[in-house]
Formats: sequence, C-alpha cells, structure tokens
Amino acid sequence: MARQFAWPDLVVSFALVGLLATMAWLGHDMWVPLRPEITASLDLNPTRLPYYAARSLLRMFIALVASLGFTLVVASWAAKSARAARVILPSLDILQSVPVLGFLSATVTFFMALAPGRMLGLELASIFAIFTGQVWNLTFAFHRTLVTLPGEQVEAVRLYQLSAWQRFTHLELPAGVIPLVWNGMMSFGGGWFFLAASEAITVLNQEFVIPGIGSYMAFAVRAKDVPALAWALLTMAGVILLVDRGFWRPLVAWSEKFKFEDVPGTEPQRSLALEFLRRSRLTTGFGRLLARADERVDRLWRHLAAGRAAAGTRTARGGGLLPILLWAVLGLFAVRGAAFVATAVSWDEALRILGLGALTLTRVGAVLAFSAAVWTPVGVWVGLNPRVAQIAQPVAQLLASFPANFLFPFVTILFLHLHWSLEWGGALLMTLGAQWYVLFNTIAGAMGIPSDLREMGRNFRLQGVAWWRTLILPAIFPAWVTGALTAAGGAWNASIVAEVVNWGNQRLAATGLGAYITEATTKGDWPRIVLGVAVMSAYVVTLNQLIWRPLGRLAERRCPLG
Amino acid sequence: MNHGAMLLEARRVTKRFPLPEGDGEYTVLHEVDLVVREDEIVALLGKSGSGKSTLLRILSGLMLPSTGEVRYRGNPLAGPCAGTAMVFQTFALLPWLDVLGNVELGLKAWGIPPDVRRPKALRMIDVIGLDGHESAYPRELSGGMRQRVGFARALVLEPDVLLMDEPFSALDVLTAENLRGELLDLWLGRHFPTRAILIVTHNIEEAVLLADRVIVLGANPGHVRAEVPINLPRPRRHERPEVQALVDRFYQLLTRPETPDEARRVMPVRPALPQLPLIRVGTLGGLVEILADRGGRVDLHRLADDLQFDVDDLLPLLEAATLLGLARVEEADAILTQEGVRFAQASILERKEHFQQLLVAHPTIITRIHAALAAKANHRLPKAFFEDVLEEHFSGKEAERQLDTAIQWARFAELFSYDADTEELFLEREVVKEAEDSARQTASH
Repeated sequence: MARQFAWPDLVVSFALVGLLATMAWLGHDMWVPLRPEITASLDLNPTRLPYYAARSLLRMFIALVASLGFTLVVASWAAKSARAARVILPSLDILQSVPVLGFLSATVTFFMALAPGRMLGLELASIFAIFTGQVWNLTFAFHRTLVTLPGEQVEAVRLYQLSAWQRFTHLELPAGVIPLVWNGMMSFGGGWFFLAASEAITVLNQEFVIPGIGSYMAFAVRAKDVPALAWALLTMAGVILLVDRGFWRPLVAWSEKFKFEDVPGTEPQRSLALEFLRRSRLTTGFGRLLARADERVDRLWRHLAAGRAAAGTRTARGGGLLPILLWAVLGLFAVRGAAFVATAVSWDEALRILGLGALTLTRVGAVLAFSAAVWTPVGVWVGLNPRVAQIAQPVAQLLASFPANFLFPFVTILFLHLHWSLEWGGALLMTLGAQWYVLFNTIAGAMGIPSDLREMGRNFRLQGVAWWRTLILPAIFPAWVTGALTAAGGAWNASIVAEVVNWGNQRLAATGLGAYITEATTKGDWPRIVLGVAVMSAYVVTLNQLIWRPLGRLAERRCPLG
Repeated sequence: MNHGAMLLEARRVTKRFPLPEGDGEYTVLHEVDLVVREDEIVALLGKSGSGKSTLLRILSGLMLPSTGEVRYRGNPLAGPCAGTAMVFQTFALLPWLDVLGNVELGLKAWGIPPDVRRPKALRMIDVIGLDGHESAYPRELSGGMRQRVGFARALVLEPDVLLMDEPFSALDVLTAENLRGELLDLWLGRHFPTRAILIVTHNIEEAVLLADRVIVLGANPGHVRAEVPINLPRPRRHERPEVQALVDRFYQLLTRPETPDEARRVMPVRPALPQLPLIRVGTLGGLVEILADRGGRVDLHRLADDLQFDVDDLLPLLEAATLLGLARVEEADAILTQEGVRFAQASILERKEHFQQLLVAHPTIITRIHAALAAKANHRLPKAFFEDVLEEHFSGKEAERQLDTAIQWARFAELFSYDADTEELFLEREVVKEAEDSARQTASH
C-alpha cells in the first residue's frame, strides 16, 4: 500500500489550501465595519461578479452547515424523547409553513443589534433567511430516519452496548446520510431564492445591502443595466453547475455506500471529483483522523455520561418540564403578538387582509393549474422515455434550483413593454420557480411505473382517456402530490417577492397578501408585518390540513406503487 | 443428561405487553422456566406466537421480564448481558462498515483499543471462513457470507452463551445446511471459547440435528410444553431412522392439542373462540389436494420435507384443516376425512359452496361476524367494531390478523365481504339481492 506522493495528492492539497485561503479572505470581509459608502453602492463591473458570487456561496454553505447542526441536534432530541417530540414536531410543521421572507425585517433588526456597527449583522440575517428556508425539510428527513431504523440493527447496537456517541456515529448518522444528502441538495437549491431576496432589502425605509450576487442583481435592476443582469444570470448558472458537479454529485456518489440494500438494475452514481478525491492519500489520512477523533470523543462522552449517571435523575425531570415551559412561552408569544397587532389594526383591516390572502391563494391555484396542465403530460412523456429522462431529469433539477427571482427583472421588462398588469403577471412570476417541482416529480413518478404495467397497457390497447385515467394518473399520483405540495409552498413564499417588482424607479404591484407584507416591511410597520405573516401561515397550514394531507393519505392508500 | 455448571437461568419468566390505546395488556410468555448449562446446545422450538424470540431477548437482557427473573451465573440480569452475544435472523449488519468494522463493533463498544481488537477480529474472521473478505461491505456478500459475519461479530466477544435467533432461516436450504454443519464442527472442535449455545428455531430437523436438549414451547401465551433431551451420537444425519423417529415425535408433540388440564394451567380464561390459523384458502386447498393425491394419509415429516416447509408453514395449515373437519392428525400422520376427500374432488364453484357450508358448520369468529351482520337491518357494520370486539380475545395485532384472515376466508366462501372505501363489512348476498330488489322496484314504477 506504500505509495509515492502522487499528483492527485498534489492537486488536492493545492485545492485545499486555496479553499482555506479564500474562506479566510471572504470571512474577513464579513467582519468589516458597516459604513454607508459600502452598503449604498455596488460595483456593477462584471469582473467583480466572481467575488460577489463567492461571497454569496460562502453564505449558502454557512447556512447549510448551520442547518445540518440544527437538524442533528433537534431531530435526535425529538426521536429520543416522546415528550420533546410532542412539542418539536408540530412546531416544525408550522415553522415550515411560515413565509420566511416576511420575517426578514425582524431578523435584520435582531442580528444588527447582535453585531452593532458591523457588516456581520447583515450577513447573519441573510444566512438566517437561507437557513430557515432549508432547515425544516432536513430535520423532518433525519427524524424520519431515526424513528424507522431497522429493528434488528437497533437491537444489535443495544446488545453490544455501544455508547450513545457510538450509536450516533455508527448507526444513526450513517443511516441518515442518504436522506440528508438528497434533502440537502434540494434545500440548497431552494436556498438561492432566499439568498437573492435577502442580500438587498429595505427595512424602515433604509436600504441594507451586503455584497453578493443577489445584491448585484438588485443594483443592476435599479440602474436598468441589462448587460449586467445578463452577466449575473450567467454567473448564477455557472455557480449552480459548479456546486452541483463539485459538491453535490460527489456527495451523492459517496453516499451510495450507506445504502441498506442495492436495488437491482440501478446504475451506481458516478462522480469524477469523487474518484479524484478517492485516489488521493490525503483523503485516507483524513478518514483515519476522523476515526481517531471519533474514538477520542467517545471516551470523553463515556466519562461525562458516567458523571451524569452519578449525579442522579435530576436531568430526567428537567426534560419533562422543558416541553411544558416551551408551550407556555409559545402561548405567551401568541397572546403578546395578538395584543400587539390589535393596537394598530382594526377588525375591518384584518378582514381585508383575509381577502388579500384569498387573492394570493387564487394566484397559487393558477400556478398549480398551469403546472399541472403543462408539465404533467411533458413529465409523463419524459419519464416513459428512458433516454430522454436520463438527460431531462438532472436538467429539471438544476432548473428547480435556479432562483426564479433572477429571472424576474427580464419578465418585468416584458410586462412594462406590453403594459401587462401584475395582477395576473404575478402568478406568472410565481410559476417561474414553482413549476419545476411538478415536472421532476412527475418524471420520477412516470419512471417508477413498473414495465409490467406499461406492457399490460399496450397489450390491452389502453389508449387516450382510458390510458390516462386507469393507468398513468393513478400511477404517478403519489409523486405528483409531493411535487404539487412543494410547488404550492414555493408559490406562497414567492408571492412576497412576486407581487411587487421594480425596474429602475418604475414599480409594478399586484393586490395580494404578498404585496401587503412587502409594503409593511418596507415601512417597518411591525403590527402589519406580524399580521400579514400570520395570516399567510394560517392559509398554508389550513390548506395543508384540508387538501394536501388527505390527498397524501389517499395516494398512499389507493395508489401504492413502489 | 448434562450436569455442567448453570450459565443462564430463567425463573418463572412472564412477559406482558400493553395493548395499544392503553386498555389492558396481553401475555406473551407465561411462567417460563429454563436453564442453559455449560457444554450444551439448547434449542427453543415452537410455532409462531409461542414467544420464542421474546424469550431469547429476555435471556439476552434486551428486554426485562414483567415478573420472574433471569440469572446469569447466579446474578440477576438488569440490562444487556456481557456474557451473551446474539446472532440475528436477518444478520443485523451495519451496511456502511466493512466486514472487519462489523466484526470489531462489539469490541469497540467495550472500549478496547484498535491494536488489541484488530488481531482478535482478524483471527475470528479466519476461523469463521471469511479470510480475504475483511474489506468487503455486507452488500457485496451473499446471504451465507453475511451470516458468517454475524457469527464472527458475536463470537469475537467470546461470550459464555451464544444466542441465535433463527440464524439459518433467511438462507436457502443448501447454504443453511452447510453453515449449520460448519458451526457444529467448530463448536465440537472447541474452536471458540463459547460454553453453551441457545438457538431459537421453528425447524424441527434443525433442532434435532443440533441440540443436546430441545425445549418445546406452546402458544397463546408462550409456555414450556415439553423438554426433550437428545442423546443421539454425533454426527447426526437426517436420513438415519433414529433421527427420523425423533423428528416424528416432535411433530406429534407440536400437533397434539393441549388437554384442558394443560391449557387451564397456562391460562385460566381461554378465548371463547378458536383462533383462526393465519393461512390462505388457496394454500389450504393445495394441502388437501396433496393429501388426496397421496392416498389420504401422509407422514408429516415427509410432507414438510417434500414441500420444503418449516413448522411455521405446515402446522397452521393442518390446524385449519382440522378446524374445518377436512383432516385430522394421528401419530404424526395427516389423514384426510370424508369431507376432505369431497373438497379435493370439487370444482371451483362447488368448492366455494362447500367451503361456505364448512365455515357455517364450525363455530369460529367467522360465524359470529356472519350472525352479527345478518342481524343488522342493512347488513353492514364497520370494521372497527369487530376489531374492538376481537381485541377482548386477542392481542392488538393478532386481532387485526384474525379479522383479515376471517375476511379473506369469508370472501372466498362469498359469506361476507369488506368495503375498503367505507371500511365496513357487509353480507354479500343480502346486499346484492336488496340492490336488485330496489332496482326492480324502480323499474316497475
């Protein structure tokens, strides 16, 4: 096994050093004092774009790491303690439905107070926005893994008396790798949207800007600089492709080793970058280092656990009290919030807001209707043609992770040119991002139809309406429901940025809850921000309960393919 | 009989599980006494529902008994027992660790440093016949090789008692036989320091070939029905007459209904209705036809052998045939009755009718459900209603299985059926007839 230090090692070490240096440099720039001249202008020279993109990328990764940390802790807690789960799971479910962008104003103020006079406060606010856009998904996925671990493996781990830490590193974390990687990849794609929306925002009539590709876009819009916009678009596409090839593909290929069983007939995922890394000796050394660290932590853990066991049962009782305390705090917040809103908003206005919600709901419905009508047939066609699907599926996934708000300015120009109103145009903007979820879930559903069933359809000469109604639609229904649910969630969130758009100093606005929240944010009108976000959350939660949950159950019960 | 030192001992072990929704509990094991001594292989033999896997988990310390206690070398057990190690039915390997990593797992958990545990693990990998596969991942191995990893992982801990939970049942017949033989050779040749083996099985032949002592468990709740020492010389070969005779004897033991006295000793209040064996009507038809083909009387052991059936497959079928009067068991032979001969010769439609007559003639939960539906004006009742009633007689999951089996049998007989949309049971003929009546009425108006 003794091998000379070879060129893969060299390349990997160069890459490593380069990466660390870049991170240190960018990290330093996050820490600079907040001076108006920095935040008020941004250099629209395209040569600055790589730097801005790197700043944005760093934010995305910090948010990803934070999401992962949150997930590991909170999902484990919910899986270990039934009482904690009773608080955590419903809370996450609601948080998942809260339109994150509505709260940007609150978080900006909060994080600015944490790091007064520094850029860091704004950076943290942006990172937090991305974090809240991706974390719930990950937490649910990991929690699901933890509560569905195979019984005999769990027994083996108990019987062989692995410590809590060993159980985590040998069973729970490895079992969660695949869902974490896949959900991470999806959420990361969704994160760009929040990044673009959070790098340049107006709160209390004051504009806050942090250097990044999203703020570059915002400044290009204000300057009506179309070439700059095009450059930003191109850079964004490049960055997404780069992250996909350089980070997610290798991760997906690596995660294959955590499969419980090989599914026969599936091609293993491949990644050039991963093969390169695997050939480097540094990677093996790093693996060994990790293993040693794991044993070290385990020893420390046992030591601490022994100490805790000696301290008695106090912790156990504290664990019982905590959920009650949490509920009490949540209840207090709700009452306080309601009282706060009531000081400024009359009943009539509250009713009007419900009406605005209905308007936005109509747009969300239009998004779904359009996506269903267009992308379901296309998705089925793609899914049933394996050779097309091979190319089209990754493309659809990339398109879904392309932040739609980068396309908004171009569509806005079109609307202005054609004198279209945003009342319906808003729905079109919301569709730009949301439709892809319907497409690639439909593709996945169609690919999952067993070939036996397809051959049966041909053999019995099922055609036209009968073919769709008896075979295709029921077969793709479960996947389609998942796609439509995600698309609806995306559309609600997008409404906050899609119902008011600018081009230079021209402004288009639609009547709706999203526009209401955006306007309240701009004015810094706290009671109305709270009310707007609460109403939108209520809409989303209610629709989940009334429509998506029952549809999901129906799909599970009546269309159990695969 | 063996008189080695006592290693593992269960004293009046009873295990109850709470029923879902908090109403009461059901008993899985009832006052089980069991001893494992040095230098012996003990087999726990029982059909499904006898709580044999639960008993094994209690002996390993994975579960605590509700009452009674388990002692290891005289000391009561309160958690996973360091003197035992378990081999699992579906191997329970961690797919992300290679063979070496999996074998090292238990040693690692004990905090043994790498330079000590690695040679130990490698030696055991050699012993168990896995050398060369150290860096393979479980996914790349066949079932037999995976179970070898399972054995190595348990044996490297040098347990006093090796516990095995149906370790060969997930393997094909030839692989199982091969691995069983190798394990026995290693044990007889003292290639690992384990002092006793306890194996749970539902394969009678496996028990007779391996064990020095077989403990037969009865079901509902699990209890010890018999304890049979096996003093046959080794190597035992299954075609030998003395082995065959013993296998036959275990078939008799397992198929003989318990006398009322025996039953009362285990559980004072028995369920008022006989339990439905959880089998499909089609399989029952197959058994009856095979019996008819072979002249109406077949040795159970031969039958199981020919069909590659375990006790778990064959006994419920025989119970069903006996329950409906299609066959009876005598001296470990299955004998077709007059009804059985008629059933075997019937056409599909005749068979449905015949089956319906049989179900009506023999009181089971099916007759009860039928009566309840007949008494209702619209001949419909929700499934949940019957689940509630059955849960008074059976454990939660068993009640569900009983109801599913009842529906399946009744559907074949066209007695009653189940509507998955409304989640109701209904009398098929009555409902159809009424629909026709009302259609006729509307037509005449």
